[in-house]
Amino acid sequence: MLSSTLILGLVLGGSYALVAVGMTLQYGIARIMNLAYGEFIILAAFLTFLLFTHLGLSPLVALLIVPLIGFGAGYLLFQLMMRPLVARSGGTGRLEADSILATFGLLFVLQGIMLVIWGGNFTSYAYLDQGVNVLGTTVAANRLLAFGLSFVIGAALYLLLQRSRWGLSLRAVALAPQSAPLVGLNVKRIAAIGFGLGTALAAGGGVMVSMFQTFSANDGVIFTMKALVVVIMGGVGNVMGALIAGVLLGLVETFVARYIDPGLTLAATYLLFLGVLLWRPEGLFGKAVGR
Amino acid sequence: MIGFTRRAAIGLFCTTAAVTLSLGAAQAQEVVRIGYVASKSGPAAAGAGITTIPNYELWVHDVNAAGGLKLPDGSQHKIELIAYDDRSTAEEAVRAVERLVSQDKVDFILPPWGTGFNLAIAPLMDRLGYPHLAVTSLTDKAPEFAARWTKSFWMLGGGHDYAGGLADLLDKAVADGTINNKVAVISVSDGFGIDLISAARPIFAEHKLDLVYDKAYPVGTTDFAAIIEDVKASGADSFVAFSYPPETFALAKQSQTAAFNPKVFFTGVGTPFPNYPGVVEGKQEGVMSVGGVDGTSDKITAYFKRHAEVIGTPPDSWASAITYASLEMLQQSIERVGLDREAVAGELSSGKFDTVIGEVKLQDNQLRDLWLVGQWQGDTFKGVSPADKHGATAPIIPKPNW
Repeated sequence: MLSSTLILGLVLGGSYALVAVGMTLQYGIARIMNLAYGEFIILAAFLTFLLFTHLGLSPLVALLIVPLIGFGAGYLLFQLMMRPLVARSGGTGRLEADSILATFGLLFVLQGIMLVIWGGNFTSYAYLDQGVNVLGTTVAANRLLAFGLSFVIGAALYLLLQRSRWGLSLRAVALAPQSAPLVGLNVKRIAAIGFGLGTALAAGGGVMVSMFQTFSANDGVIFTMKALVVVIMGGVGNVMGALIAGVLLGLVETFVARYIDPGLTLAATYLLFLGVLLWRPEGLFGKAVGR
Repeated sequence: MIGFTRRAAIGLFCTTAAVTLSLGAAQAQEVVRIGYVASKSGPAAAGAGITTIPNYELWVHDVNAAGGLKLPDGSQHKIELIAYDDRSTAEEAVRAVERLVSQDKVDFILPPWGTGFNLAIAPLMDRLGYPHLAVTSLTDKAPEFAARWTKSFWMLGGGHDYAGGLADLLDKAVADGTINNKVAVISVSDGFGIDLISAARPIFAEHKLDLVYDKAYPVGTTDFAAIIEDVKASGADSFVAFSYPPETFALAKQSQTAAFNPKVFFTGVGTPFPNYPGVVEGKQEGVMSVGGVDGTSDKITAYFKRHAEVIGTPPDSWASAITYASLEMLQQSIERVGLDREAVAGELSSGKFDTVIGEVKLQDNQLRDLWLVGQWQGDTFKGVSPADKHGATAPIIPKPNW
């Protein structure tokens, strides 16, 4: 029972980590706390559904296409909607409050558009949902894939940020947005790329989520909430922190469901959240932004 | 050159205005204005979008295509439908009802989707004197409500009814030796789940059904792998989930993945939805839930066909047909007594009606002749309990493997 709980918990946590990484990136680099984050996940899920049912494209192919669209959309969105906010704030904390308000509005716009197009019905399709035996525990193949992918993406992102020149400039902007221009970095462009990258990750998460979960146009908020908990717990803007916090959350939920009571999973989530905030208000992995 | 004097201009304007106004008044009398408020956005939109709103649209389409609502004097009036979105909040539903009455001056109001929304607007509907067809309200307190608000009508029964119907069915299968008496139950910690599980516990005990697993889970749970593992280990032949749609779908998919094949697989709201066979990839055979339709009725077959043609999707097999039947009842009441709301309410509570679900006669303002348990058999979600109800189909137990 212990090993199966551990495996199921890790797999669940992997999907939490996957959807949260993009949000932490958007905040870390572009300083935008994106409350419409979940809507991008759902949009990507619908897009995958359309590609799968109408064009017969496998979600694995969609995983290559949809994040690219997500990147474009995020980049454009930053240039059109966020740039004026950034310019107005002049690099102060005002941007955080402004971005929260602006993306809160965006949430309803996107949700409304999705409701008009697809209605409020639950949508799902079946792909890779046969069971796979992992050390004696049956796990759905699509969840296993999401778990694997969250680590591949996490590791790739980490290496990219730490080792590449491009990652260096992203981190520079994240750490010191005022000083970055002094060394010749185009802060606005880099912030837009960071925001686009975050949106691409949300889209990738959406593609994965659509494989194993029933979704409707109203579900974005649920993902935003979960991602927000993971992001704040891991330390806002901290990629590694988000990954570890996501897995931790999945493990706690599964252990509580099996050893205490499934009714207490939500309570346990927020207890853990509260504990982390009391113990380390800046999150598990501190303020080392961009790491 | 012809001078266009101010007086002539004013005269012309007045005449035009008078003509327009009188035309407007004449037109206003020709249509019957019916308003509704339902959730078109927010978490309740999925339920309202499947069960409630399509039936309102279908009914108005049907009535207007046939020339309009008939009144006792033989005249026919087209229906003008006015709709508001409550954005899944009860407060907004109440405000919209007030707006329908004070601004839109509608003749009748159709109810929102869901127990909570109907309870929220019930006192107001009563105060304003509008008949309240609280169709999609599932509550054991219906007799009390019907007595308190005399123009309200409750048509979906309560938790005790459904838990009782399920217990009867399981009891019979245990007696036949098809299944053991162990039952594993999970329930969502919200309205439907709490109602059903608190009704089921004493009823199951009465029927000597052994609850070997009885856990609640929070709304929005998406991963049931751990629960399924535990239920598998519990040795129960019957698995019952008093769940909401997203979880109902997740349970079906994850049970398939985990090769979880109990002899009775019963899940909650969402199971009778038309998209359920799609979600489980055509492996719905034998899955049970609340509700169901008369698998032998031609009227139901015709209704399903018409719904699919006009709306684009088939209806669900629990409350959809009842919703449509409630509208037919309203229509027939108006045909008998006219647009007087007091008289229509009286007719609804005492009259007999010919509807898609057969002949309906309310008892104490409640529909009591209900399907309590249904089962997917082929492409139809057929009523299997009460076993002595007209049109009941024999249940398939054990359920074939996924």
